[in-house]
Amino acid sequence: MDFENANKVPRLRLGFRFQWEPAQNAHVLLYPEGMVRLNESAGAVLSEVDGQRSVADIVATLEKQFPEAGPLMTDVWDFLEDAEQKSWIEFR
Amino acid sequence: MGAAQLGFSGGEPLVRQDLAELIAEARHLGYYSNLITSGLGLTAAKVQAFRDAGLDHIQVSFQASDPELNNAVAGSRKAFEQKLAMARAVKEAGYPMVLNFVIHRHNIHQMIDIIDLCDRLDADYVELATCQYYGWAFKNRAGLMPSHAQLITAEAEVDAYRERLAANGSRMKLIFVTPDYYEERPKACMNGWGSLFLTVALDGTALPCHSARLLPIEFPNVRESGLRSIWYDSPGFNHYRGDSWMPEPCRSCDEKGKDFGGCRCQAYLLTGDADNADPVCSKSSHHDRILAARRAADHATTGLEDLTYRNTENSRLFFRG
Repeated sequence: MDFENANKVPRLRLGFRFQWEPAQNAHVLLYPEGMVRLNESAGAVLSEVDGQRSVADIVATLEKQFPEAGPLMTDVWDFLEDAEQKSWIEFR
Repeated sequence: MGAAQLGFSGGEPLVRQDLAELIAEARHLGYYSNLITSGLGLTAAKVQAFRDAGLDHIQVSFQASDPELNNAVAGSRKAFEQKLAMARAVKEAGYPMVLNFVIHRHNIHQMIDIIDLCDRLDADYVELATCQYYGWAFKNRAGLMPSHAQLITAEAEVDAYRERLAANGSRMKLIFVTPDYYEERPKACMNGWGSLFLTVALDGTALPCHSARLLPIEFPNVRESGLRSIWYDSPGFNHYRGDSWMPEPCRSCDEKGKDFGGCRCQAYLLTGDADNADPVCSKSSHHDRILAARRAADHATTGLEDLTYRNTENSRLFFRG
């Protein structure tokens, strides 16, 4: 991915709430009259999305957290791009 | 029990003076909370208080019986100002502006005016929902149901508007909900009885859908039982759960897992027996009732002034604005 994308700052779109749901034993994304149950890696990425830190910052944090996973830039960017397509997040 | 969504609707939830406290508790319990309001009785200060209490989402709705909607699209803004001001206040507080319009045969020709109004307001989501025929709307169906020709025109108008919005880079989303009376298969009502949804009425009665009370079934009350036993054990919530209750043509139908036999209330209202397949389904032996309603809609002459208002006193009050 190129440098420009690494500097983008993702944040949740208005009206979306990300939280841990004990009954689902998973992170979920809540929106009007709906809920998405997230898998572990999606939950880990969205946990770092705070509207302050850039994609590069998020990747650095995750690589520290999961050193065994190797470089994560491509995976994280693919997920964030997909999340933007689904209107869960936006970039600024 | 794993419930994640809590909706405040009504009637008008704003009549609860302790609404902000209820919202705060919902947030504390981890719910995603949604307020559906007419906007009447709302103030910018209240919107802010709800926001501070943790409310996630607000939807401002415009009902079929709102005389003010007609005034507004006809150009008289006065009766409408409170609602428009509240729609703006919602957005200023950081929420997406979500507007819901109940569409019927007397306003469906104003679709473009309604969407124009939403565009000027910079709305984010606009739901144009033709009303569903239960309760009050069932009694007034002849005066509300659009004809097929009206529907086709309106659908084309909404599609064309959507294309213009996309071309202008607008993010406003238009959702047009058409009446199931013009479908050949029923809607998957409530995603199945006792599957996802529970509502508590003002008197504490727990219901599997907003209109289930019209059915000749006894429903539990939250003043007498806990939610867990209501949801899992009460006869009311188990009555149409799963598919073992289904008679033909649903029983042997390969689509029963998709639409769950449709809506129990509609089956009851149109056939007198809530066990029957929803007559919207062309496989139903009562589908002729739907066809008759469509024919009636092609020739209806009921005027807007002929509708029976839910509450005459209120509609007069609204009219005075």
